[in-house]
Amino acid sequence: MSEAKLVTVTINGVESQVPAGELLIKAAQDEGTYIPRFCWHQRMSPVGMCRMCLVEIETPRGPMMVTACTSPVSDGMVVDTESEEVKKAQEAILEFLLANHPLDCPVCDKGGECPLQDQALAYGPGESRFVEIKRSFEKPIPISELVLLDRERCILCALCTRFSEEISGDPLIEFQHRGNTTEVNTFPDLPFSSYFSGNTVQICPVGALTAKPYRFRARPWDLQKVESSSLQDTAHPRIEIHASQNEILRYTGVDNDATNHGWLSDKARFGYEYLRSDQRLTSPLVRRGGELVEVSWTEAIDTAANRLDLIKSEDGGEALAVIGGAQGTNEDAYAISKFARVALGSNNVDARLDDALASHFLSASVDRATIADIDDADTIVVWAPDLKEEHPTLYLRVRRAAQELGATLVVIHPRATGLDDRASHKLTYRPGGGYELLDELANGDHPEVSQAFAAEKVVALVGIASHADGPQLAESVAALVRRKAVHAKLMPLNSRANTYGALDMGLAPDLLPGRVGLDTIGCANLAASWGDIPAVIGRDTRQILQGLDSGEVRGLVLVGADPINDLPEPSIAVDALDAAEYVIAIDLFLNDSNRNADVILPASGFSEKEGTVTNVEGRVQKVNQIRPAPGQARTDWAILDDIATRMGVSLGLASAEGITKEIATVSPAYEDLTWDSLEWDHRDGIVVPIHGAQAINHIPVALQGSKAPTAKLTLHVARVMYDNGVRLQHSPSLHKLGPGAVAHLNPGDAPSIGARDGHTIKVVTTRGEGEFTCVLDEGTPTGVVYVPFNQQGASSLGSDPVVRVTTS
Amino acid sequence: MVDHPSDSHTIARYESTRGYTQGKRALGLTRDELIEEIKMSGLLGRGGAAFPAGLKWSLLAPARPSYLVVNADESEPGTFKDRQLLERDPHQMIEGIIITSIANEVHHAFVYIRGEYSKPARRVQAAVDEAYAKGYLGKGIFGSDYVLEVTVHLGGGAYICGEETAMINSLEGKRGEPRLKPPYFPAAKGLYMMPTIVSNVETVSNLPHILAMGAGEFSGLTGNADTGTFMTSLSGHVNRPGNYELAHGITWRELIYDVGGGIPDGKGLKAWIPGGASAPWFVPEEHLDLEITKDATAAAGSMLGSGAVIVMDEDTCMVKAAERVIRFFAHESCGQCTPCREGTTWLEMILRRIEEGQGRAVDLDLLVDVSDGISIGLVWPPKMTTICPLGPSAVSPIIALRDYFRDEVDSHVSNGGCPYKTQTRETSEKTSEVDRPSDKDLMPSSERGSGGRPPEVAE
Ligand SMILES: Cc1cc2nc3c(=O)[nH]c(=O)nc-3n(C[C@H](O)[C@H](O)[C@H](O)COP(=O)(O)O)c2cc1C
Ligand code: SF4
Ligand code: SF4
Ligand code: FES
Repeated sequence: MSEAKLVTVTINGVESQVPAGELLIKAAQDEGTYIPRFCWHQRMSPVGMCRMCLVEIETPRGPMMVTACTSPVSDGMVVDTESEEVKKAQEAILEFLLANHPLDCPVCDKGGECPLQDQALAYGPGESRFVEIKRSFEKPIPISELVLLDRERCILCALCTRFSEEISGDPLIEFQHRGNTTEVNTFPDLPFSSYFSGNTVQICPVGALTAKPYRFRARPWDLQKVESSSLQDTAHPRIEIHASQNEILRYTGVDNDATNHGWLSDKARFGYEYLRSDQRLTSPLVRRGGELVEVSWTEAIDTAANRLDLIKSEDGGEALAVIGGAQGTNEDAYAISKFARVALGSNNVDARLDDALASHFLSASVDRATIADIDDADTIVVWAPDLKEEHPTLYLRVRRAAQELGATLVVIHPRATGLDDRASHKLTYRPGGGYELLDELANGDHPEVSQAFAAEKVVALVGIASHADGPQLAESVAALVRRKAVHAKLMPLNSRANTYGALDMGLAPDLLPGRVGLDTIGCANLAASWGDIPAVIGRDTRQILQGLDSGEVRGLVLVGADPINDLPEPSIAVDALDAAEYVIAIDLFLNDSNRNADVILPASGFSEKEGTVTNVEGRVQKVNQIRPAPGQARTDWAILDDIATRMGVSLGLASAEGITKEIATVSPAYEDLTWDSLEWDHRDGIVVPIHGAQAINHIPVALQGSKAPTAKLTLHVARVMYDNGVRLQHSPSLHKLGPGAVAHLNPGDAPSIGARDGHTIKVVTTRGEGEFTCVLDEGTPTGVVYVPFNQQGASSLGSDPVVRVTTS
Repeated sequence: MVDHPSDSHTIARYESTRGYTQGKRALGLTRDELIEEIKMSGLLGRGGAAFPAGLKWSLLAPARPSYLVVNADESEPGTFKDRQLLERDPHQMIEGIIITSIANEVHHAFVYIRGEYSKPARRVQAAVDEAYAKGYLGKGIFGSDYVLEVTVHLGGGAYICGEETAMINSLEGKRGEPRLKPPYFPAAKGLYMMPTIVSNVETVSNLPHILAMGAGEFSGLTGNADTGTFMTSLSGHVNRPGNYELAHGITWRELIYDVGGGIPDGKGLKAWIPGGASAPWFVPEEHLDLEITKDATAAAGSMLGSGAVIVMDEDTCMVKAAERVIRFFAHESCGQCTPCREGTTWLEMILRRIEEGQGRAVDLDLLVDVSDGISIGLVWPPKMTTICPLGPSAVSPIIALRDYFRDEVDSHVSNGGCPYKTQTRETSEKTSEVDRPSDKDLMPSSERGSGGRPPEVAE
């Protein structure tokens, strides 16, 4: 942004310098004068509807009333926000708004944190002269699975309608009728099923929009609050956690420039219910005679440590492995990394679940884009999963850049995505045909895209758009982008929110904390504090599972991971866990992967521990605790430290903050990070640098000349926002929102298959088969079968794109 | 009143009176020449705001394409002049469209016609078709290479769509809601965010005559600052209601008693609305001998607005009349602005309560204070507390009650109801025998059209 020119304005007799062109309401606020408002929101364009912000400005023709939220400041502007006329207007508007308001504050969720209440107190007339009959509507009507609308309370500020149109891009709520009968509502048969609907509840200045999961659960003044960052979104949007009597009641978005502008996906907003589930693991379990029995921590730790020790002494650290660590804090991840290397003596450790980009590419690409870079970009290339489904904060940011900030958006994906309506160029390719398209792009066959690459500021978000092409395509895409746009910034994408932090802590078979490779100086430095580090690159998740199956790996520690449900090829995990000799699981819940484990240790979850996390752009933020963990649950790091101690190895981990300090000493990128600075000076976090020495500049994968599959139908499997992951399974409000076992076909393909919308079809691949409900959908191109990944009741199909569909 | 030949709407008749000669001539004039001519003519907009037409053209921003939207939404109660121009003289308007378009480099013009005006709309469409067939519209008009397309669009039955920016939203397929100002004029950013001239039917219809007679002669038609002639729609309690083309500067007395033939049954005059339902009311004791000019009306605290004059005789209940006017505005409010949406409905409720005998002594003060909250200070022209002037100007009847008819409100309160109840019914029966266009036009448009709310029970 160019440096803002300043202009002089006089507000209530006080002169000040404010940025030219800024809206008066904002400029005045920054100068300490609060102008009351209902319909203005700094992240949306003004509508000037409530008229609460009327002020008087001087003009050559005398004072003139204007709304401060629609008036940009100009040099020499003289403003009175407190004149008699302004006060009269404010009083009148409040009286008008209250005239038809039901005043059911005692039973309203918003009561106590309601701008209408607050401003009525501050600026209102203090008495009601309205003796007529109030407008009445049917009391709350559900407008989606999550949101209720009480039109009597609505003050028609258009915040909700604007949000859904301008910000989230699903304009499913609109004003209807006019004048005094104007109401907000949905369209017939079209519920407000937006992934972002909860934001409207947060910004609604009254209790007209309420959230089912929170409704009637608390009064605001009873809530304890703490700021944190969501681990249900790779951008780690900033949130405030609200709890009462140790129970989490809601999350609200915190407005910050760095990540989320205050917005949250519904998954990030309502995804707290699992924490209070009565299915949480609360005491250590050990398998005895085939049954899991509750034991003391001492006994559980002894059991686990003895067995790990035994395997280690018999077959060395290579026979042991750890999978997981991408859902917790950096401190937990660091403990896992140190535990694997130092206690187990193994590099067999991976936080990715066989669905990720290469570790160096994810963690150490030079010129990694920040989220804010998206705002400045001339061209944004998204060749990645559908951001709306998997990276909702980035979705909103890219959408805004394309819609409001004038960026040219290029979207490349095998089917329709949430950003298509804002894309300047959309390329659709057959799953498995990614390299072919890449070759075309390299040859300049798509001139409009080549032209977009020629812009000065290019930001490319790359990730696995389709498993049919494998993870390396993204690196080739990055290589191409770099070739076409030398100064391009890259954002490699991965699912699971703290994958970036986990990799920075060395949770990959070829990486050590600080993004250090095994054969580097960094490794030697680390060895000085850790002691010997195994020299050979370990196994990644797939190789670990294969090793379990073959018996080469004998013992596995699963930390908050469920490979059976999360792997693109689940059969590998099923076979491995069946065959595994010994499995120790540290988790919040029993899941399909740990159900047969030998030792199961209850872990504390999000909001039950403090620590740091690292988001998709490398931004480190602090997460905080507001409630105790249930029962005897403990943090991952403490559990692992205990097991190591019992194995006769001291990891020396004594507190989460101590671990952060240790990270700072061993990892150059993290050297300046302290809790103190994150809590006080950098509440929005700090983007840790990618150090020259370890940076990955050369992207090794050459363009491959492979061709798209020629089969009549190809399979596209992709994650959607609501899947059957264990946290969502235990969050009832969200779990039911998943699409379930569905397979999408283009209507044009339906007749030849005999498929009909809503009917059952059978989908068969080389790796699996299953019955799905058919959805006919124009967003799926002809020749493609699209199946949402990891859905309740859906059999797994693997990632081989060759597929057959029959009607029975 | 002008008597129209029965074929006045046809192109043959129009051309036989030298129609389309000025449209063709305009092709040979530059934008500056045309602007200058219209500026010199002193032509003021006839849609209500009386903005100088030539000045408006000169404010057109340089971006292209530019558009012209002819405002034929005529929905202000008591206003029915545009209807006559549309039905009887559509080619005159089309020629005005051609002139405006050439002056403003417009290649696509729209005529936005009030939803209920289906008959006028058919006439206009037929005339447009004729003009296309003759090559006066379309690709290469009058044999030149100038392209001018004209689209006739029927509104959906909302008065607010007569406000120029709401009209533009409506044309774009959006909710008919006025847009935020600034930009103050669509000439800066209008239809599809491009420079747009919005002009009233009558304004546009004047143009061929100005070019034909020259700016000087046009401005000399009256002996004062208001140039040219103006159309007035005279309705209510007069013996000869109808549309009249008049020279500015006659007095209200002349209009009502000479032109309109006085009040039926020799009754006394109680009040009249001088310029459409949003204008503050006039009363005989103070205003009868004022000249009908923009400035004289403004000096007396009202406006000529859309040219609608509604006359009320001595038996008219002022509470009821006020209620009727305010009900119209409450019903037609688009609902964006709190004061307009909530305030006008509140006024309507209080007035109805008084009319029905539930009035309280405090109610007049309450009416005035609520009005003061909508239109801060109750000055004329009102302070703009809202996005468009509909809200603040809706309170005009309350000012009349406060200033002239306090007694009438009081007697409603002390009588426990309307003292005119029976008389009013008689009058309305009697007057309905006369074909009074105003009666129909007093109906809020959407009660017959596609407004959002169910029709109210007729009284
Ligand atoms: C509430 C409201 C209703 C209006 N209705 C009409 C109308 O029906 N016809 C009209 O020509 N102008 C109407 N106007 C005025 C238009 O906004 C605009 O000023 C006019 O069309 C400009 O044309 P002119 O300059 O030729 O008068 C209305 C204005 C407001 C605020
Ligand atoms: S529902 Fe809430 S946010 Fe939406 S318009 Fe009404 S008051 Fe505003
Ligand atoms: S003043 Fe009334 S009609 Fe005009 S924009 Fe506001 S609410 Fe709509
Ligand atoms: S805050 Fe300015 S009009 Fe609502």
